[in-house]
Amino acid sequence: MTTPLVEMKNVSIAFGGVQAVDNCSIELHAGEVVGLLGHNGAGKSTLIKMLSGAYKMDSGEIWINGKKVSINSPRDAREQNIETIYQTLALADNLDAASNLFLGRELTTGLGFVDDDRMEAETRKIMARLNPNFKKLKEPVSALSGGQRQSVAIARAVYFNAKILIMDEPTAALGVHETAMVAELIQELKKQGLGIFLISHDTREMMDLCDRVAVMKNGAMVGTERVEDVTEDDILSMIILGKNPREAA
Amino acid sequence: MSDQTATSPKSPPRRGFLHTLEVDTRLLGMIGAFLLIAIVFNVLTEGRFLTPRNIFNLTIQTASVAIMATGMVFVIVTRHIDLSVGAILAACSALMAMTQVRFLPGMGLEIGHWAIPWIAIAIGIIAGGAIGAFNGWMVGYQGIPAFIVTLGGFLVWRNVGWYQTSGQTIGPLDDTFMTFGGINGTLGGPLSWALGVVAIIATIGLIFNTRRVKVAHEFPVKPFWAEVTMAGIAAAAIAGFIAILTNYSVPDRVVARDPSRYGCETAEGCTPVYGLPISVLLLLAIAVIMTIIARRTRFGRYIFATGGNPDAAELSGINTRMLTVKIFALMGVLCAISAVVASSRLANHSNDLGTLDELRVIAAAVIGGTALSGGIGTIYGAILGALIMQSLQSGMAMVGVDAPLQNIVVGAVLVFAVWIDIQYRKRMGTK
Repeated sequence: MTTPLVEMKNVSIAFGGVQAVDNCSIELHAGEVVGLLGHNGAGKSTLIKMLSGAYKMDSGEIWINGKKVSINSPRDAREQNIETIYQTLALADNLDAASNLFLGRELTTGLGFVDDDRMEAETRKIMARLNPNFKKLKEPVSALSGGQRQSVAIARAVYFNAKILIMDEPTAALGVHETAMVAELIQELKKQGLGIFLISHDTREMMDLCDRVAVMKNGAMVGTERVEDVTEDDILSMIILGKNPREAA
Repeated sequence: MSDQTATSPKSPPRRGFLHTLEVDTRLLGMIGAFLLIAIVFNVLTEGRFLTPRNIFNLTIQTASVAIMATGMVFVIVTRHIDLSVGAILAACSALMAMTQVRFLPGMGLEIGHWAIPWIAIAIGIIAGGAIGAFNGWMVGYQGIPAFIVTLGGFLVWRNVGWYQTSGQTIGPLDDTFMTFGGINGTLGGPLSWALGVVAIIATIGLIFNTRRVKVAHEFPVKPFWAEVTMAGIAAAAIAGFIAILTNYSVPDRVVARDPSRYGCETAEGCTPVYGLPISVLLLLAIAVIMTIIARRTRFGRYIFATGGNPDAAELSGINTRMLTVKIFALMGVLCAISAVVASSRLANHSNDLGTLDELRVIAAAVIGGTALSGGIGTIYGAILGALIMQSLQSGMAMVGVDAPLQNIVVGAVLVFAVWIDIQYRKRMGTK
């Protein structure tokens, strides 16, 4: 068995009196897509936000490539090559695509000024690869469609050579065609050896895209299964009942 | 707006003249409003509004509020507000006045010593920065809304100033210090023109360097004639501004008092001009620096990103709390610089210095297109906003409008300007 890319061990976090994530463990290997499923409030996003540095866990450990790391901020996560595409997209609507792509990591000139021209040139290059129809480079991203905005968010992850990619409902705001594009991209990134955590409500979609799915309920991990070992109904009953039917059997 | 409706989607991409020049229509609107105000008052005052003398006075009256308005842009862009700027100005002014008139002479530096004004200014700027940083810390790290922090500061700092001076008017201020006030410190004819020429060369250089970089990256550029037109307009505007200011002659009686000050042996045949006031030069320098900060530094980029989406900024690894401290500290420093300009214009410090400036500064920024919802605003807009407010105020005073009516008009114009801005944004399809 190879060393997992990411191992989250016995992770917990509480907000006030609510135990949002309770003693959960999950691992992710290179070239693998792991889906996180569960009802609203099951703790999927919270679990993943501890990996992306948005929340600080109360207890537990995170291991990356067999080394224990501490992630206290989004910056720490980025240093571990973890990139996150948030449900809410996390774009500054008033800025253009290039400024958003490089936000927090601006390219600068020798004198330390931000180099907008170079950032725009880099954005053109990566967009030509990800979304050739993307033309509105000068406009604030508020003027873009859901799919175009999503490609800015994805470009951010791809450009900075993410090894671990977290996608929180990446297709929630997209049309059919754009959803297919994201699915294609996930397959391509997977081939390049990235590990991907995918969060979604859509069980059918998850069965297609993921290698394994983990189901959460009320902050606890119900179970993790390879998609070829289970049916969609098994997964649904895990989500609803909070019990793994294969363990019960 | 009419040319937009005229162009059907099928017609060839015939781009409008203004669109080809890539000028900001909002900027044009503000310049148009300013020109309209100027022309109307010029007619009402039978030509007294657009004289070199009045334009000179307008610029020095605008300087103090405009300097603070550039900082207010950053504060409002990050969805905060600073109601304490007038009070911080008063506190810094009191401290600087006390330093140069009482403390330093009390410590053995003779009145008139060359170091006095510079020590006073340095102390004022440090104090302003510290007060601002403290405000920013309470907002950023302690989570107290900026409205409350600075509403408290509004009372606190003006009265800290009062307490320092025991309510007395402090003066006369140092002679060198007073050169920052306007009429007592101008560059004269030759220096003003020299600076104007440098500014024109720099502007043209900037326009064509920007084009060169764009071409190097193979980005689309506007046609060459458009660049030349813009360079020509910029050069003409700078030259025109200098020409007006150097047409304001020093009155004969002032020359007669001390001809040697203007480089003449006798008052006979001595016709010096005022030229560019140092306070206005200071404002222009601050405008350039603040624009560079806004557009070309990470600090500026983070200010706008945080204003557009605070969560996104934080998730991108930006320390938004520290950013808030820096923004308010910068605002405090600008209040101190404004304090130098405002107190030296009046030749002494009085307790009511900067009263209601917080409202003028916020109004200037907002009339200049800074959105209170955050993320949008420009430095040049705020300065133009300050100029429009000041023109209205002095114009009405010249025409002889009653004081209450003046304030009613200024208040109504503020609300009207924001309404226009909202209509404009709706039409342009942005928020």
